Amino acid sequence: MREVQTNIKAKAHVYGDHIDTDRIIPGKYTKTLDLSTLANHVLEDLDPNFNKIVKQGDVLVAGINFGCGSSREQAPLALKQAGVSVVIAKDFARIFFRNAINIGLPVLEITDHKIQKGAELQIDLETGIVEDLSANITYTATKLPAIMIAILNEGGLVNYLAKYGNYSL
Amino acid sequence: MGQTISEKIISNHVGRKVYAGELVISDVDGAMASDTTGPLTIKAFREMGGKKVFDPDKCALIIDHAAPSPNERIANLHKMMRDFAKEQGMRLFEIGEGICHQVMVENAYVKPGDIFIGADSHTPTYGALNAFACGVGSTDLAATMMTGKIWLKVPQTIQINCSGKLQDGVTAKDLILFLVGKVTVSGATYQAIEFTGEAFEGLSLASRMTIANMSSEMGAKTGIVHPKGLALEYDFEAITPDEDATYVKTFDFDVSGLEPQVSAPESPDNVHNISSYEGTKINYAFIGTCCNGRLEDLNIAAEILKGKKIHPDVRMVIAPASQSVLLDAIGNGTMAVLIEAGASLITSGCGPCVGTHQGVPADGEVVISAANRNFRGRMGNPNSNIYLGAPSTVAASALEGCITNPKKYLL
Repeated sequence: MREVQTNIKAKAHVYGDHIDTDRIIPGKYTKTLDLSTLANHVLEDLDPNFNKIVKQGDVLVAGINFGCGSSREQAPLALKQAGVSVVIAKDFARIFFRNAINIGLPVLEITDHKIQKGAELQIDLETGIVEDLSANITYTATKLPAIMIAILNEGGLVNYLAKYGNYSL
Repeated sequence: MGQTISEKIISNHVGRKVYAGELVISDVDGAMASDTTGPLTIKAFREMGGKKVFDPDKCALIIDHAAPSPNERIANLHKMMRDFAKEQGMRLFEIGEGICHQVMVENAYVKPGDIFIGADSHTPTYGALNAFACGVGSTDLAATMMTGKIWLKVPQTIQINCSGKLQDGVTAKDLILFLVGKVTVSGATYQAIEFTGEAFEGLSLASRMTIANMSSEMGAKTGIVHPKGLALEYDFEAITPDEDATYVKTFDFDVSGLEPQVSAPESPDNVHNISSYEGTKINYAFIGTCCNGRLEDLNIAAEILKGKKIHPDVRMVIAPASQSVLLDAIGNGTMAVLIEAGASLITSGCGPCVGTHQGVPADGEVVISAANRNFRGRMGNPNSNIYLGAPSTVAASALEGCITNPKKYLL
């Protein structure tokens, strides 16, 4: 059974370029298995209000190199737990990108987006088509490699391996 | 068709010739996680149905990011790691044994030609050893520990060619800071880097680790130093690129006139000649980390601080990269010089670099650090500023109370 919701209509929270994983979740909070602790501190050094304004299902939108720095998987976990349903960026740092897919947080690369704060987005994860309903612009995200689609379709790498036992291309 | 070092290493593991852009599932030669990533790795390993790690001799856990444990929550996560290592018959490197990357190299968990996967972003450090090493997150690492495999896109390679020899008083850290400034924090995303040319050939293994370590700060998947001039305690077959290998981009720099470099807040690529920041008052000087906590780093600091006292308005923290480094620095007198100069010695490990404990800066304070990252809040306080420099620059700055060019103490 597919665990990822594929059609999403949500509001965009928009931030800039090079948002590193220390800003997504500071190192001092990472040493825990309690996801609510992570969510309580998500993005606090970038926007101390974020965890108060974010609502379940909202979309995080950023510029280039989102998630650079540390390999901490706590970064996408914190975003997901806080309610973020999708992250859209012009491009992503590679470990963050893998981590997000692995934990079942969809990430879409749209290299030329001009999405503004507060925009209403209609997202189809199957096709990677993102409609900016506020600006009336339609974007198509970069296609994911087949193995990442397979992992995402299972809701993450844990479910994928629990089901298949090994990787296959 | 010619191959890069990364293409050759991956080809050797998948049993056919592969080139940039291909997706492969490869066997790996080693895997490790730290206490930041290990507990989530263990949780994911169990949830995905893992019973036994693929080879306990090729897997390791290291307690280095918050060692010794600063509170009961982290103490319990450390216990979870110890219990898992015992159950699996794999080695756990205890508090004080050292930083994951240093102990993996010292204990030969990684060798030239290997593919190594580490749940830490500075895993490319092993590119110093002519190995293909990638950082991943906890769930990827759990999958590797269970299957012995990783899925990878064979990366394109950026060649960075540096001609000329570094001047006296200019170190590998200055060189890699300069390169991070040129390539930028996203300039090598998804790509491999090959460092090649005269400037790298004379470097020690420790200096090569400093170079490869900061490949992460350019977004690279891995960063491999050309093995020419690499000396190890054992024989190895060096993997070199073919002359007609394909590079996505080539940078050429003559670094013979390079001056000491400083990375200013709050991104590692905000790099300038030290002259731009000389005189900036500092409160706190730190030498350590997987980037610059090795014996040659402590030795050069001691050369500058010998018989002197650090500035009265500065505190200085030293975290040797491993117990072995610490013992060597005690044995050759370096540690006594540093402590007599006023430095405080802390447990071998990541120390204050990850902002968890052992030296968090206060509001408004300025840090000069030999680490690799100066993102806002990196050392635990978003209201402090971090400058990055070579261990020599950190030592000279600790002495004078402000950012100081170390060359005058070294020539």
